[in-house]
Amino acid sequence: MGLTREEYELLVRLHGREPSYTELGMFAVMWSEHCGYKYSRPVLALFKKYREALEGQGLENAGIVELGDGLAVTMKIESHNHPSAVEPYQGAATGVGGIIRDILTMGARPIASLNSLRFGTIGGNREAPETVARNRYLFEHVVAGIAGYGNCVGVPTVAGEVAFHPRYSGNPLVNAMCVGVLRMDQIATAAASGVGNPVVYIGSATGKDGIHGATFASDALGEDNEAKRPNVQIGDPLAEKLLIEATLEALQTGAIVAIQDMGAAGLTCSTVEMSSKGGVGMRIDLDKVPMRESDMTAYELMLSESQERMLAVVQKGREEEVLGVFRKWGVHGVVIGEVTDDGVVTVLRHGRVEARLDPKLLTDACPTYRAPAEVPDYHQRALRYQPSGLDRFDPKESLLRLLRSPNVASKRWVYEQYDHQVQTQTAVLPGRGDAAVLALRGTPKAISVKTDGNARHTYLHPYRGGSLAVAEAARNVACTGAIPCAVTDGLNFGNPQRPHVFWQFQEAVRGIADACEALGTPVISGNVSFYNESDLGEVLPTPVIGMLGWMPNKDRALEMAPREPCELWLIDYPQSEDSQLGLGGSEFLAEVARVEDGVPVAPDLGMERQLCHWLARMAGEGRILSAHDCSDGGLAVALAEVALTGDKGLDVALPDTRHGAIPALFGEWPGRVIVGVREEDGPLLPTRLEGTGLRAKKLGSFGSTSRVRIRVGEGGEALEFELEDLREAFEGALPSLLSEEGEGSV
Amino acid sequence: MRVAVVRFPGSNCDQDALHSLRDDLGIPADYVWHEDRDLSGFDAVFLPGGFSYGDYLRCGAIASHAPILDEVRRFAAEGRPVLGVCNGFQILCEAGLLPGALLRNLSEKFVCKSVRLLARNASSLWTAGVPQRPIAIPIAHGEGRYLCDEDTRRRLWDEGRVAFVYVDEQGRATPEANPNGSVDNIAGILNETGNVLGMMPHPERATNPLLGGTDGRTILSALSALGV
Repeated sequence: MGLTREEYELLVRLHGREPSYTELGMFAVMWSEHCGYKYSRPVLALFKKYREALEGQGLENAGIVELGDGLAVTMKIESHNHPSAVEPYQGAATGVGGIIRDILTMGARPIASLNSLRFGTIGGNREAPETVARNRYLFEHVVAGIAGYGNCVGVPTVAGEVAFHPRYSGNPLVNAMCVGVLRMDQIATAAASGVGNPVVYIGSATGKDGIHGATFASDALGEDNEAKRPNVQIGDPLAEKLLIEATLEALQTGAIVAIQDMGAAGLTCSTVEMSSKGGVGMRIDLDKVPMRESDMTAYELMLSESQERMLAVVQKGREEEVLGVFRKWGVHGVVIGEVTDDGVVTVLRHGRVEARLDPKLLTDACPTYRAPAEVPDYHQRALRYQPSGLDRFDPKESLLRLLRSPNVASKRWVYEQYDHQVQTQTAVLPGRGDAAVLALRGTPKAISVKTDGNARHTYLHPYRGGSLAVAEAARNVACTGAIPCAVTDGLNFGNPQRPHVFWQFQEAVRGIADACEALGTPVISGNVSFYNESDLGEVLPTPVIGMLGWMPNKDRALEMAPREPCELWLIDYPQSEDSQLGLGGSEFLAEVARVEDGVPVAPDLGMERQLCHWLARMAGEGRILSAHDCSDGGLAVALAEVALTGDKGLDVALPDTRHGAIPALFGEWPGRVIVGVREEDGPLLPTRLEGTGLRAKKLGSFGSTSRVRIRVGEGGEALEFELEDLREAFEGALPSLLSEEGEGSV
Repeated sequence: MRVAVVRFPGSNCDQDALHSLRDDLGIPADYVWHEDRDLSGFDAVFLPGGFSYGDYLRCGAIASHAPILDEVRRFAAEGRPVLGVCNGFQILCEAGLLPGALLRNLSEKFVCKSVRLLARNASSLWTAGVPQRPIAIPIAHGEGRYLCDEDTRRRLWDEGRVAFVYVDEQGRATPEANPNGSVDNIAGILNETGNVLGMMPHPERATNPLLGGTDGRTILSALSALGV
C-alpha cells in the first residue's frame, strides 16, 4: 500500500498492535506523501506563515487574507497530475471540483477558478508522432474536463497558463486553483468539537471509485497506468453545484460547528483530521453512509474518493435545521456518528469495530525525511553558458516564430471553452490583461489573480526560477492596478529521493520564500506534488505561483493595451551586466536557437516591490492607461501583444541595443513593464518615478499607424509588420496545430 | 413591475440575473423555486442560464416538467413577458412555448465570448427598445445551435418572430459571425404573440460598464418600460 517496512514497524510501535486491514489502509493513505508531506514538510518551513502556523494555531486560518470592512479572500491551488495522466477529462474535472470544495469548507463562496497546465509538445519534430498525438489528446481532454465541470458548477475560469515541453510527455501537470470570498465573521473551521454533537455526512453517495487515489498520487507513473484507471474518480458537477448552494445556506443557520471536504483519502482524512484538529474522538457507523453499492467493505468505504462529499459536525438538537436545507437542495445529509470524548476515531461496519485509532498518529506522527540534495552538472554548465552566433537569426522571422510557439501563442482556443463571465464579476477578461480582475459585488474593491511559473527557468536555476515566478506573478497583478498581497503555490517535482530533484525542490522553495518575504506576499496555502515522472523521465521542476492582489477602486482596473492612441513607455530598474545578455533560459534560445541552456537573470526583489507598488498607485490615480509585463519572448513579444490586444499599430524604438538586435528584442530581463500614457503625461513620468529607483524610457507611439514598426536603436534597422500578419501567427498557432490530422488519438 | 427569477437545481446565472435587474436596472426581482406553483405578485418571468438538472437527458428537458412550468405556461398564455436566456431558451423550446430546438455547437465545443447581435423585430415588447445597430452581448454555451423545420423557419421570418441574429461588426449575418451553426444565424426568437423571448446570448451579462458593456440594457429595460 505504499508504506516502507520501517514505516510499518513504526506504526505498529505507535499503534501498540498490528493494525487491522482497514486501519492499515488508513495509515497508508494518511502517511502518503500526498497527505503526510513526508519529504516536503521540513523544506516548507522556509515559508514564514507555514512555520508560524505549525508552531501556532494550525494551518487553517492562515489561508485567509483580509481586505478590510469585514471582507476576506481565501485561495488554494492543488495538483491533479496523476489522475489527469490516466483519464484526462475526469482527472482535470475532479481537480477543479476538489479545490472548489476546499474553498467552500472555509465558509467562502467560490468566485473564480484558475489553472496551470503542462503537457508534452503538441507539434514540431522534437518528439515521436505518436507521443505528440497522445499529448494533444491529453491537452484537449484536460481542457474539456475543466470546461465541462467548471462551466456547469458556475464558477468562472478566469485565468491560467499552459506550457509545453517534451519533459511533460507521459506526466502532464494539471494544477487547479480556486478563489473564494467570505465575511470575516463567517469563517468555518474543520476542528470538530462538542462531545455528543452529531457527525453529518453530506453529498453524493460513496462508490468504489478513487480507492487509494492519494497513494497513487504519491508514486511514479509506469506502464500499468491503464490498470490505474479505477483509481480515478468521476465528477458530477451538478452535485457539486447543489453542494455549494446548500452548504452556504446551511452555514447561514449557524448550527454547523465544523466542516471539511472529503477529498483525498475521503472519509479517512475527514474523520481523522477533524478529530485531530479538535482534540476529540469520533465514532462513525459506516452502515449509515449512503452507498452506490451495498456490498462495500469498511476498507472501501474509508478509502473511497468518490467526489462531491463533505463531513460536518452539527450542534446537537439543531440537526433538523441543517438537514432540512440539504433536503431542499436534493443533497444527502445523514447523521453517521457523533463526537466522543475518548480522543479515538472508531469505525463500525455491520456492528463490528473495523478501526479504532488515535487520529493524531495519522496526522502528526507521519515520519518526515530530509533527502540528500546534490547540485547537478547541467546547472554548473548553464552558469557558464555563453550565447554566440546570434547574428545568424533574422529578427523579423524570429518574432513570428516566437508568436507561433505554443508557449507564447494566444490561448484563446483554451479560454473560450471556459465560461469566464458567470457570476458577472469578471472586469478584466482572459486575453485582455496580465491577470484577471474580479469586481467584488457590493463593495468598491476588486481583486486580481494570476498563475505563473517558468519551468525552464526553474530547471536551469531553481532558486531564480522560484523567485522569478513570484516576481512575475506579482508584476502581472500589479499591471492590472492591484497591490500583490498573497501567494498560493503548487510545487510539482519528480521523485524527491533523487538527490538532484530534492536539490531542485529545496532551491525553488528557497527562491519562492525569499521573494515572498521581499514582496510582502506571504504563502498562505499550497500543495506539493512529487513523483511526477514516467518511463520518459521526470518532469521539469515546476513551481506554480498563484498570486492574489487587490485594488480599492474596481473602476481603475487596467488591461494590457490602451483603448486610445497614446505614448508607450518602458518602466524598469537598472540591471547589472549579464554575460548571457538576458538570453539564458529564454524562449528565444529554446524556440528559435533550439538551445536550452544558460540561466535567467536574477530579479532585484526590492525593486520588484517598488515597481508593483508604483504601478498600483499610478493606476489608482489614473496616470497610466495600460500596463503589460515583458516575459517570455522579451520586449518584442510584449509589444506585439500590446498591438494585437489593442487592435492598433505602433511605432517604437528599442532603448538598449548595445549587444545587437537579438538581445534587445528577445532578452528576458525581469522587472520591465510597457505602460500606455497620455501624451501630456509622458514627460511627467520621470518626476513621478523620483525616489523609487525605477526609470522610464519612451518607446514610441501607439495607435498612430496601422502597422507595427519596431526600430532597433536610433537609425537602426526596423522590423515592420502588418497587424494581420502578427495576428495570424499569434492567434492561428494553437487552432492549426490542434486541427492537424484531426483529433489526437489515445 | 416585479420579476420572478426561476431557480432550478443547476441554474447558475440566476444570481447574475437577479443582480442585473435589481442593481443595474433598478427593477424589483426575486427568486422563485422550481417546485413552487404560484407566481402571484409577479409581472414577468426570467428563466436564467445554467445547467438545470445537470442538463441530463437533454438541455432543459427535465426543467420543462418542473412544477413551476405550469405557471410559466399560464403567464405566457396571458401575454405577460417571459424571457428565457441560454438554458432558459432551451427550457422554453423543450416546454413547447417556442418552436425548434438547440443542438450541440457545430464546433463541438463550449464557447464563451462577446458576439454581435442585430434585432430583426422592432415592435415586440422585448425588442422595441433595441437600437438598429449591432449590439455586443456575451454568449456562453455548448448547445446553442438553433434548428427548426423548414416550415417553422419560414413562419418565424414571415411573422417577424426572429428577434436576433448573429452579425459581424457591419451588421452582416455572415457564416463567420455565427458562433454555433444556428440556422440563418438565429440567436433569439419570439412566440406568436411576441411576449415570450428565448435567446442564447446573455443580456444580463452586459448591463454594467465595468463588466464589458451595457448593450444588454436595451433588451432588459423593456421590463421597466412596461411599468408596474
